[in-house]
Amino acid sequence: ARACRSDSRREDFSRTPMMQFMLLFSRQGKLRLQKWYVPLSDKEKKKITRELVQTVLARKPKMCSFLEWRDLKIVYKRYASLYFCCAIEDQDNELITLEIIHRYVELLDKYFGSVCELDIIFNFEKAYFILDEFLLGGEAQETSKKNVLKAIEQADLLQEVCCSLPSSLGGVARCHERQDVSTARSSQTE
Amino acid sequence: MPAVSKGDGMRGLAVFISDIRNCKSKEAEIKRINKELANIRSKFKGDKALDGYSKKKYVCKLLFIFLLGHDIDFGHMEAVNLLSSNKYTEKQIGYLFISVLVNSNSELIRLINNGIKNDLSSRNPTFMCLALHCIANVGSREMAEAFAGEIPRILVAGDTMDSVKQSAALCLLRLYKTSPDLVLMGEWTSRVVHLLNDQHMGVVTAAISLITCLSQKNPDEFKTCVSLAVSRLSRIVSSASTDLQDYTYYFVPAPWLSCKLLRLLQCYPPPEDGAVKGRLVECLETILNKAQEPPKSKKVQHSNAKNAILFEAIALIIHYDSEPNLLVRACNQLGQFLQHRETNLRYLALESMCTLASSEFSHEAVKTHIETVINALKTERDVSVRQRAADLLYAMCDRSNAKQIVAEMLSYLETADYSIREEMVLKVAILAEKYAVDYSWYVDTILNLIRIAGDYVSEEVWYRVIQIVINRDDVQGYAAKTVFEALQAPACHENMVKVGGYILGEFGNLIAGDPRSSPLVQFNLLHSKFHLCSVPTRALLLSAYIKFINLFPETKSTIQEVLRSDSQIRNSDVELQQRAVEYLKLSSIASTDVLATVLEEMPPFPERESSILAKLKKKKGPGAVSSTEQEDGKREGGELNGGGERGADSTIAASNASTPSPSADLLGLRSSGPVSAAPPSAGSLLVDVFSEAGPAAPAAAVNDDGFLSSAPPSVVSEDPAPPMPQSDELLHKFVCKSNGVLFENQLLQIGVKSEYRQNLGRMYLFYGNKTSVQFVSFSTSVTYTGELQSHIHELSLNVQTKPVEPLVEGGAQVQQVINIECLTDFSDAPLLNIKFRYGGALQNLTLKLPVTVNKFFQPTEMVSHDFFQRWKQLSQPQQEAQKIFKASHGMDKEVLKGKRIMENFVCAGVIQTKAQQVGCLLRLEPNAQAQMYRLTLRSSKDTVSKRLCDLLAEQF
Repeated sequence: ARACRSDSRREDFSRTPMMQFMLLFSRQGKLRLQKWYVPLSDKEKKKITRELVQTVLARKPKMCSFLEWRDLKIVYKRYASLYFCCAIEDQDNELITLEIIHRYVELLDKYFGSVCELDIIFNFEKAYFILDEFLLGGEAQETSKKNVLKAIEQADLLQEVCCSLPSSLGGVARCHERQDVSTARSSQTE
Repeated sequence: MPAVSKGDGMRGLAVFISDIRNCKSKEAEIKRINKELANIRSKFKGDKALDGYSKKKYVCKLLFIFLLGHDIDFGHMEAVNLLSSNKYTEKQIGYLFISVLVNSNSELIRLINNGIKNDLSSRNPTFMCLALHCIANVGSREMAEAFAGEIPRILVAGDTMDSVKQSAALCLLRLYKTSPDLVLMGEWTSRVVHLLNDQHMGVVTAAISLITCLSQKNPDEFKTCVSLAVSRLSRIVSSASTDLQDYTYYFVPAPWLSCKLLRLLQCYPPPEDGAVKGRLVECLETILNKAQEPPKSKKVQHSNAKNAILFEAIALIIHYDSEPNLLVRACNQLGQFLQHRETNLRYLALESMCTLASSEFSHEAVKTHIETVINALKTERDVSVRQRAADLLYAMCDRSNAKQIVAEMLSYLETADYSIREEMVLKVAILAEKYAVDYSWYVDTILNLIRIAGDYVSEEVWYRVIQIVINRDDVQGYAAKTVFEALQAPACHENMVKVGGYILGEFGNLIAGDPRSSPLVQFNLLHSKFHLCSVPTRALLLSAYIKFINLFPETKSTIQEVLRSDSQIRNSDVELQQRAVEYLKLSSIASTDVLATVLEEMPPFPERESSILAKLKKKKGPGAVSSTEQEDGKREGGELNGGGERGADSTIAASNASTPSPSADLLGLRSSGPVSAAPPSAGSLLVDVFSEAGPAAPAAAVNDDGFLSSAPPSVVSEDPAPPMPQSDELLHKFVCKSNGVLFENQLLQIGVKSEYRQNLGRMYLFYGNKTSVQFVSFSTSVTYTGELQSHIHELSLNVQTKPVEPLVEGGAQVQQVINIECLTDFSDAPLLNIKFRYGGALQNLTLKLPVTVNKFFQPTEMVSHDFFQRWKQLSQPQQEAQKIFKASHGMDKEVLKGKRIMENFVCAGVIQTKAQQVGCLLRLEPNAQAQMYRLTLRSSKDTVSKRLCDLLAEQF
């Protein structure tokens, strides 16, 4: 499916496939982050999410990380309690997509310091900002870990010190649930 | 330091999120959310102006609620307000809300665009990046209209920061994908190409995606990128793993950029410049070499990144399809992966090898892995991997390994997942047909297929086996025997009954000699399945029964008994009832000869593209069946089909035409056969039998002293030959007949089928190649002669022909449709000229198209009183034409003697033309003693009277 004859290259953008969307969801099927690189209606997004979460959760641990779904390829990987799931086009490179996921996890991990699901829940906006620095329009924008984090940290420096640190509230919740959330570094599939 | 403290925490937001997480039920959650929504709404509506922080916090809460899956119908305005804040975090949240929630809402888009515009011109790189991210995330047409001109300038401006360039490149890519018409090429395009040389790897990484997309649409404008990409790739590939610092990923230098460079090169053919090409081949070899080196790390990330580049390089090698050495090396590398412990690699190797199998250079190399692939099909635990293995087996199949592969696929089918069975069945059927050398193997395979996966055997598959058995007389006996045995099974699939019914109905006689499969045994076997079958199958079985009556007269009484039973003749299903009634009547009324003619063995099917292949193509989309496969089809297809090749560019439409009607109708199937079989449709069976009893018989006796003698090839010119001497005689045969064989010699048979309604007619001509050699440059034309044209400035007939295929394969038949409109009455028939080359010699013959004015005759009912009154009205001499002639066929004395009153016959009718309707009256007076007839025609138009008189006089 990968090779495509040169005569078709003028017809569409098939030679420049890109990521269609990325979903992060928990083992319980709760959606934690969604990023859509193609315009879809809310209804369609919900339908796709429901279907995919079901499909991916049903798969066994040793199975292949790629699957054909509709006319897309799904590349997914589980990190602790979170599934990272990307939809790419037919000609796209599965392995490099797998490493896009891993690099994103590394970025989150570095930024939050041992990232866990709760970090992403309570700081979902940060997760989006980091993703935007790394991937834009479904394509890798900056693959250097240092450069991405530098951009985010610079942005953080721009904030005013108008609000205090969050109270123990979030912290309590975090401790409470840390047990079932291992860190990204002990990623399961390795 | 707790991670949450990074950035600016929003305490209220954290509290809210905790609350939601503490909700014990969905209802509690909704209640909490509604409370929060009410709160936010009142804050937004309140008199007190909110400060930036509160606004940001509330917008963020709304965003969270939305991401939980709830609808949000307010807050957009507040988010837009945040865009114009000069505090970064507020702006950031505003942009995030818009990116996630805004679908081109025109009212807001204008305001949003305004905010973006300000940020783009702010010269603050962080603000510019935020604005660019927003454009890339939303990517609406309105945004393209507003910014497609501005972004290229930002991208190539000398003073733009690297990070802004990166965002601008991908932002422009997004706009180009959504609205290519708005992104105009210009001076900036050449400068974009040179970003491939940029110092900053991040800029190259982002820019190359844009360049790839642009060069795909404008390859010539961007072709300088090839050499730039090759040199960039070469530098990366040869760099040490530490050279690229942070762009090295788990000891692999710049894997993302490498993949993108290799992808860009796939937009172009191999470089023409020898030096560039040499460098590229070197790169590809290095990549292949590195795959053999021991890994620099045990981490899966290392091997994934390395192999991502390898697979992309292999894709490029396959794309070029010109370097046998690299193709074979790629194949060997993939062969190693086939047994890798990583499921992912096995999956990708199978997938990639599928495309290698279609290259002539690597096909043989792929075949060497057959055992491994078969093993994968048997042992892989993941169905998606097994599916890939099945695809690869299909792709690597050729004559040498077809039997093995088909056997393996068949045995896999027994346990295959339901989701892929139908596709597997099609593939097995195609391979079995394509590579069948001995047809008994083919028949065995398809019957096995029905036995194992009957539910998944589509109509196309069992139609196809029947077409092939009918066309191959060497396999018919075997097919009958095998299907008879298969039907012995206590529970056999309905598709098996269909095939069985059809084949025994046609060829049951070939095994009837054996007492174990005597006619009655065969019939009882078929009939034992009857009650378990659906209506279409029962209909098919009834047709098989009537064929049995013809094949085996000894079964007649038994079968008539069955047909006569209430469950048949009074069946509530109309089709079944009608068949039972008609077949019963046919079997009791028609003579053996008529029965034998009507129920004659099926004529061979015209050869067309396999309907199964068409189905697979349809199922998998147009790209699924590679072009080589189609060529293979053409090359190999012939042998199964009695020397006839598949139509050169037969389309799906053509194959649909060859696909029998879904009613699974024996007789219906005939309509796709040659016309000489005089296909009676099931519905009008009896009418046809008696009105045209044995039409094929006299027609088949057309003179065989071919045109070869009358127009030897040596003297044939390119001009249409003059009408053949016998063409008038041939024409007269068709005065009262609409179907039959118009012409036949050693080379060619021309069949005609025609129908007329009022002044319109449609004629089907069937040109059958009787030889085993193809006719080339086959062409036909219809011309009018003498009188037809001499009608001052008006044509009498409007004849439209559709062109025929210039190639008629040996044994094949082509059909031509001719539409005829009668404008006014006429005497001469149009001429049909046929030209073709047979073995190099031009054949040229001209016949008269069997269109005569009486075809447009519509009978009128009239009592005798009226008739004679009108007869008298048409008393002018020129309105009458009369002929007295000797009966050429003898007179049926019984008829004449018995009824003295019928001493003359009269009839009345109207000739329908576009210009006018011509009423005609006819009187035929036989004189039995003299064996003479007097035929008198009267009509309102003299030419019509005369022509009709001439035409009809020939008929008695």
